[in-house]
Amino acid sequence: MTATAPPRRAPEAGPDSEKTAAGRRLRPRVAERLRQVGLPYLLLLPALLAELLIHIVPMVFGIVISFKNLTLFYIHHWNSAPWSGFDNYKAAIKIHQPIGQALLHSFWVTLAYTLLSVGLSWLLGTAAAILMQDTFRGRAVLRAIFLVPYALPAYAALITWTFMFQQDTGLVNHVLHDQLHVTSNKPFWLIGDNSFWAMVIVSVWKSWPFAFLALMAGLQNIPRELYEAAAMDGAGVWQQIRKITMPSLRPVNQVLVLVLFLWTFNDFNTPYVMFGQSAPHQADLISIHIYQSSFITWNFGSGSAMSVLLLLFLLLVTAVYLLVTGRKRGEADA
Amino acid sequence: MPRTLRTPAQPSPMAQPRSFVWTRRVVLTLLLLFVLTPVYVMLSSSLKNLQDVQGSFQWIPHGLTVRPYIDIWKTVPLAHYFLNSVIVSVSATAFSVIVAIFAAYGVSRYRFAGRKVFTVTVLSTQMFPGILFLLPLYLIFVNIGNSTGITLNGSRLGLIITYLTFSLPFSIWMLVGYFDSIPRDLDEAAKVDGCGPFGALFRVVVPAAIPGIVAVSVYAFMTAWGEVLFASVMTNSSTRTLAVGLREYATQNDVYWNQVMAASLVVSVPVVAGFLLLQRYLVAGLTAGAVK
Repeated sequence: MTATAPPRRAPEAGPDSEKTAAGRRLRPRVAERLRQVGLPYLLLLPALLAELLIHIVPMVFGIVISFKNLTLFYIHHWNSAPWSGFDNYKAAIKIHQPIGQALLHSFWVTLAYTLLSVGLSWLLGTAAAILMQDTFRGRAVLRAIFLVPYALPAYAALITWTFMFQQDTGLVNHVLHDQLHVTSNKPFWLIGDNSFWAMVIVSVWKSWPFAFLALMAGLQNIPRELYEAAAMDGAGVWQQIRKITMPSLRPVNQVLVLVLFLWTFNDFNTPYVMFGQSAPHQADLISIHIYQSSFITWNFGSGSAMSVLLLLFLLLVTAVYLLVTGRKRGEADA
Repeated sequence: MPRTLRTPAQPSPMAQPRSFVWTRRVVLTLLLLFVLTPVYVMLSSSLKNLQDVQGSFQWIPHGLTVRPYIDIWKTVPLAHYFLNSVIVSVSATAFSVIVAIFAAYGVSRYRFAGRKVFTVTVLSTQMFPGILFLLPLYLIFVNIGNSTGITLNGSRLGLIITYLTFSLPFSIWMLVGYFDSIPRDLDEAAKVDGCGPFGALFRVVVPAAIPGIVAVSVYAFMTAWGEVLFASVMTNSSTRTLAVGLREYATQNDVYWNQVMAASLVVSVPVVAGFLLLQRYLVAGLTAGAVK
């Protein structure tokens, strides 16, 4: 897109702009033109201001901090914190030094967690949406129940899962050990290797309903005539799903998978509520890792540098993803 | 619960084969178990005695008690946190929806330079890791407080402003889709009748887009009600919200799980009830906005 005209405040645009024709003739046309041009910008102004204050300015500020040696000592006069050039970045990407090593490990954990969670959530959401496309008795009730994990406040659901994963009093070990006798003893789920899998299960439970919701909305837009035509040609249900439903869902899937990926990769709530301030090594997601290296050790410069690296990675992934999946939705202006 | 198949209300293109019906039964039953197990645990444990939750987990409670529901208010100042959450979430939702309505109206009804840039920028903020602007925002709030005396850090106002931007991108996007589906002739007619652009917005477009606005409000409220990261850094003991307050049950010497579950249930009821009542709007809103 071309550059934007600077948003000019309209001289006056508001509820009082209901002018009579006579009054309008008296005003020079320039002012009228200006009002026409300025109005959309005026409408966007509140949203722009809010975004600037909370997202844009802090982000620029964060990039500045990442080049500083900002510790607790400078917190109230951060301007005077000494510049440190690329030191924070160097420390973060030196993979043979403790800081870089820990960050790289955290990155791999997060990547594995995200791929597993998004893949499974997408699979469950797709299966449920397609199976519930046609009416059957209890469909509406079932649909409402399936959306409950999405509606529950994250921390309430997470704390319930934490209780279920308790080693001695939890449901999971009661089922596995006392009822099914699958395990010889009661394993720990919130520390050690199992913590990663516990986190993945909880993440899928939380995010598949969103996939289900989005895909259900997408399914409603597939014209029934397509199915009827396919049935005429003798295509069975399974073939219809493969030949009509899946291709029609492609635009929804494109956005859905990306959104799920970004949300899951940045997920903070799950480890924070399940493990508290220090996640086990095997479940050290990147957001909690950065949180700890900033707020626990009060080294904001280092934490900001890691955040910027994370953002760059996400930008890269998004750009590549959009290029690969191809913007086939030929909408000149969306 | 066995679900017998009934002939669909709408004319189905063809009878479904048995394989499809059985796949549906099995898959949906498994999903139902997966979804409802934590809900059952929350509900049943919140009605158990303390001994019951301190021993090995039991599917069937030995005895039911409502004590946990009485005790939760004393163990932690839950009512206070509840009030904070309500104030913050309701205010953030109201502001967010109003701001989104104006912005979506501008994007939907006007062609202007930078329209696409605005949409892309606003949507791209969704991908920022919260942790990236948590630190700077915290410092900005602290510094604004030091220089102007407006306390944003640790105050409800700071949290409200923060939360309203969290739901804004998605809300604007959904409302643009909704407004686009409302015929322009309607606002043109209103303008001919002497309404200004704002008159057209409030008298014609908004009333026609009520389902979309309800959907966006539910979404904004859920976002604010469930946020943990910023609440954990930007609140103090007097402005603490439920998201942070609920953790205090676990910091006691021994965790009373029946109370934790009772509290979880209490904080979930407003959101889940509202969501279930309004979910059809949400689906409709998504259908209009998402797939363009």
